[in-house]
Amino acid sequence: MSDNIVEINDLSFGYNGRLIHKGINMVFPRGKVIAIMGGSGSGKTTLLRLIGGQLRPVEGKVTVDNEIVHEQSRDGIYRLRRKMGMLFQFGALFTDLSVFENVAFPIREHTNLPESMIRDFVLLKLNAVGLRGAHNLMPTELSGGMSRRVALARAVALDPAIIMYDEPFAGLDPISMGVICNLIRRLNDALGATSIVVTHDVHEMFSIADYVYFVSDGRVVAEGTPQELKNSTAPFVHQFVHGEADGPVPFHYPAPDFKSELFRGYDV
Amino acid sequence: MFDRIGKALSGTGHRIIDRIWRFGSAARMFVYVLLSSADSFKRIRIVTKEIYSTGVLSLVIILVSAFFVGMVLALQGYNTLQKYGSSEAIGVLVALALVRELGPVVTALLFAGRAGTAITAEIGLMKTTEQLSAMEMMAVSPISRVIAPRFWAGVISMPILAALFSMVGILGGYLVAVPIIGVDSGAFWSQMQANVDFRDDIVNGIIKSVVFGVACSMIALFEGYDAPPTAEGVSRATTRTVVNSSLAVLGLDFILTSFMIHT
Ligand SMILES: Nc1ncnc2c1ncn2[C@@H]1O[C@H](COP(=O)(O)OP(=O)(O)OP(=O)(O)O)[C@@H](O)[C@H]1O
Ligand SMILES: [Mg+2]
Repeated sequence: MSDNIVEINDLSFGYNGRLIHKGINMVFPRGKVIAIMGGSGSGKTTLLRLIGGQLRPVEGKVTVDNEIVHEQSRDGIYRLRRKMGMLFQFGALFTDLSVFENVAFPIREHTNLPESMIRDFVLLKLNAVGLRGAHNLMPTELSGGMSRRVALARAVALDPAIIMYDEPFAGLDPISMGVICNLIRRLNDALGATSIVVTHDVHEMFSIADYVYFVSDGRVVAEGTPQELKNSTAPFVHQFVHGEADGPVPFHYPAPDFKSELFRGYDV
Repeated sequence: MFDRIGKALSGTGHRIIDRIWRFGSAARMFVYVLLSSADSFKRIRIVTKEIYSTGVLSLVIILVSAFFVGMVLALQGYNTLQKYGSSEAIGVLVALALVRELGPVVTALLFAGRAGTAITAEIGLMKTTEQLSAMEMMAVSPISRVIAPRFWAGVISMPILAALFSMVGILGGYLVAVPIIGVDSGAFWSQMQANVDFRDDIVNGIIKSVVFGVACSMIALFEGYDAPPTAEGVSRATTRTVVNSSLAVLGLDFILTSFMIHT
């Protein structure tokens, strides 16, 4: 058995022929919290979908628990997914179910536990994200940050071996942010799980991650422990860690020169 | 000149290919739905919940329409029949028109507008907000958990709604024919009883409404599932549900009727 619960080898993927990943290699050792960072649109969400088998790589492979994801049958992929929990970037709560039923959903679908046990499990998970009191509300009655916390409770409802978080901190106030940040670490260690966290929050993530990957332009441009990266002098890492506008990562989507665009059609 | 004709031709061609392609995907989805139906009948509670939201909530509009359709039928029918001195046949006319045609067809058209659009919008929105993706990531198939129960709910609701439509329509016809116009009540009912055949009229009507139930539910579900995940995409899909369902119902009605009427 390999020490890495997830491995990504020479992975390339693109939508409609436009490559988004160009040969990515990553390993996710069991029991660790691993962060994936990179600018907006650098393909982080897409990477999580590739791990979950919702997309097929163009080249290379993703291995989960020693099985190659895209070579599995549908049942095989579903079997692998039962080992995973995923927090979606925008929560993706079921709007026709209450908070309680949302968290109970995976438990009801995959187990035959008696109602009283389901209730205990669900309230326990909701308590962990601080929303036990909100279990009767409908998703439309929640704020964005609360939705995400419910989605987190739902993602870990079945105590998965791999937990994927897509931007868990976006839209949270600083207090919940700290709480969720510690919760990710504690859940990971309590469940003996492996966590893959996609985020922009360098500061929060460096305090709990074991290892960090930086992706840009479809490649892994830097990797290491938070300590190594803090001391790194690589320009990309420096720019990202210190939040500078100028550097190898452009803030602007490629565009023609602003001045010539403003004055197009005028005589200057 | 030739350039423009060429462009128009290739545009039409593309549209036709697109239609065929979509029809193919809809057919494939239909097969998936049938294959995963055993699963949804095991969890019958989900199906009953959907019967409530598609069937029961369509009741009001369908019953009110039925009442008016029945009354109009009686007025129009009486107007013609009395010229031939056979105004007692009004009961038969109302009943046959409802059971054989108007019951199944008008119910299906109203169903497409009331329940079909709701289904398309709901599924489309679930897709837009990644709820279906999330379900897949939880190793739960949206086809068997979301699509199949709604499909069966539609197929079960439609014949029941059509039967209620015919019943209330006949009641409306009775109210106009007997108390208002003054047709003999005994003649109204006995003629109806004598001339409505169970096999030829009632069973054929039920067959029609089951077929319409399959078509309307499948179109509504497919349009929602296939909608581009944007607000505009969902709104267009909702429109397409009404247009395609109506055309499908009227077209199928002609085909079924031509098989059912022996000459
Ligand atoms: N369904 C799709 N079809 C075509 N292109 C897509 C699709 N989904 C995403 N993309 C493109 O893929 C690229 C990567 O998208 P992705 O959502 O993975 O980015 P991300 O790193 O998660 O960004 P963010 O931090 O803003 O969430 C983007 O350029 C986007 O335009
Ligand atoms: Mg993203």
